[in-house]
Amino acid sequence: MSGKTILELRGVTRTHGKGAAEVHALRGVDLVVRAGELVAVMGPSGSGKSTLLSLAGGLDSPSGGEVVIEGTTLASQSKAQLAAIRRRSVGYVFQDYNLIPALTAAENVSLPQELDGLSARKARVAALTALAEVGLQAEADRFPDEMSGGQQQRVAIARALIGERRLILTDEPTGALDTETGEAVLRLLRRRCDEGAAGVLVTHESRHAAWADRIVFIRDGLVLDESAPLQRAEDLLVGDEAQS
Amino acid sequence: MSVKHSLLAGLADGERYGYQLRAEFEERTGATWPLNIGQVYTTLNRLERDGLVEPAGQDAANHVFYRITDAGREELFSWFARPVTRAERPRDELAVKLALAVTVGGVDVAAIVHAQRKHALAALQDYTRVKARLDPAELAASLVLESMIFQSEAEIRWLDHVEARVLRHARESQTTRVGGPADPGSAKGAGGAAPTDADASTRTSRSTRATATARKGKAI
Repeated sequence: MSGKTILELRGVTRTHGKGAAEVHALRGVDLVVRAGELVAVMGPSGSGKSTLLSLAGGLDSPSGGEVVIEGTTLASQSKAQLAAIRRRSVGYVFQDYNLIPALTAAENVSLPQELDGLSARKARVAALTALAEVGLQAEADRFPDEMSGGQQQRVAIARALIGERRLILTDEPTGALDTETGEAVLRLLRRRCDEGAAGVLVTHESRHAAWADRIVFIRDGLVLDESAPLQRAEDLLVGDEAQS
Repeated sequence: MSVKHSLLAGLADGERYGYQLRAEFEERTGATWPLNIGQVYTTLNRLERDGLVEPAGQDAANHVFYRITDAGREELFSWFARPVTRAERPRDELAVKLALAVTVGGVDVAAIVHAQRKHALAALQDYTRVKARLDPAELAASLVLESMIFQSEAEIRWLDHVEARVLRHARESQTTRVGGPADPGSAKGAGGAAPTDADASTRTSRSTRATATARKGKAI
């Protein structure tokens, strides 16, 4: 994988509590994710997967080490600068969608752009484009409680993909979805990475991790191991044929 | 896999020659189980001997065509109707390997499980990549591919289970030892076929050290 580095974690630690109650959620993690690459993070519950994702997106601050997005060290940024990076460069998809119930699908998707100073009209056009990309243009003016779980998650994906976001962070994005809808969500994520975004997919499901180029295994706040970069799929079949 | 029934299926809707049968089988199954052409012709000879297929002439290029007989059609549909008996498959080497690993002192079971999981995940990535490019209209090939995906996923889930069981067993063994004098043989009973407490403890600490060593200087 030779794309530009989009996300880099350097010796990142995160500790909660003090003294006897101290918990080391992450204990020194290095991670590089490049443009065009989807990296899955796997590990048992409590291993630090979601903490890693929060730190990667600037939703939380590390106790030690550095998080760098597109060359910018997050710790060196003011709160306002950090918020701007999160709005412009980072898209999040959470398991429970995190949509605002009082806003329509289009309003949920356009909100980050409007907060970033784009006119309401232009933000709506961008939102409709993003919703069309996930097959939901017809549902643009529906509220979250008028949509199925799968539709709500696709709205969340559209919100994560809108604009020029180059880093897409997803935490169990298919957890509440049926197999077919979950696969559609993963296809969207895969396609966006194939088009040049960098993606991180936190999951405990091997079937979902299999969509990634690389799989990082995490346990007790430490990176245990990682899979080799993906081989070309054809090699497997050609290899078998050659043996027969 | 039954090459015999695969060839009968290939002849069910018309006459074919060997290479055609192989190509059609691979197309229908997404090329997941490539057939050896020698195996195709050997099997056709056996099917002819048993009266399940019969020769149907040659074309200008000297391809020998075959057609299915009534007996062959009966055998094919009887095969479709019969459930596949898994007991006929070979012994599961992985299950046997892990069963032996937990009974041999000094074996890092966690490392074996992790290496196998990485291997299965790599296969799962390959299948998923192929599936992502497959036209959903190719039903037969999709079904075969999805069967391989489900099997890989099942293996990985089972490996997760094995890892959790081994870890829990090692912790329980340590707790028993710290809590007071324990029957040295008790862990064997609890674990089904487990090593001694001392063995489990040694393996766990060795595994932790190996992991820490592997991690040093690792950038991902």
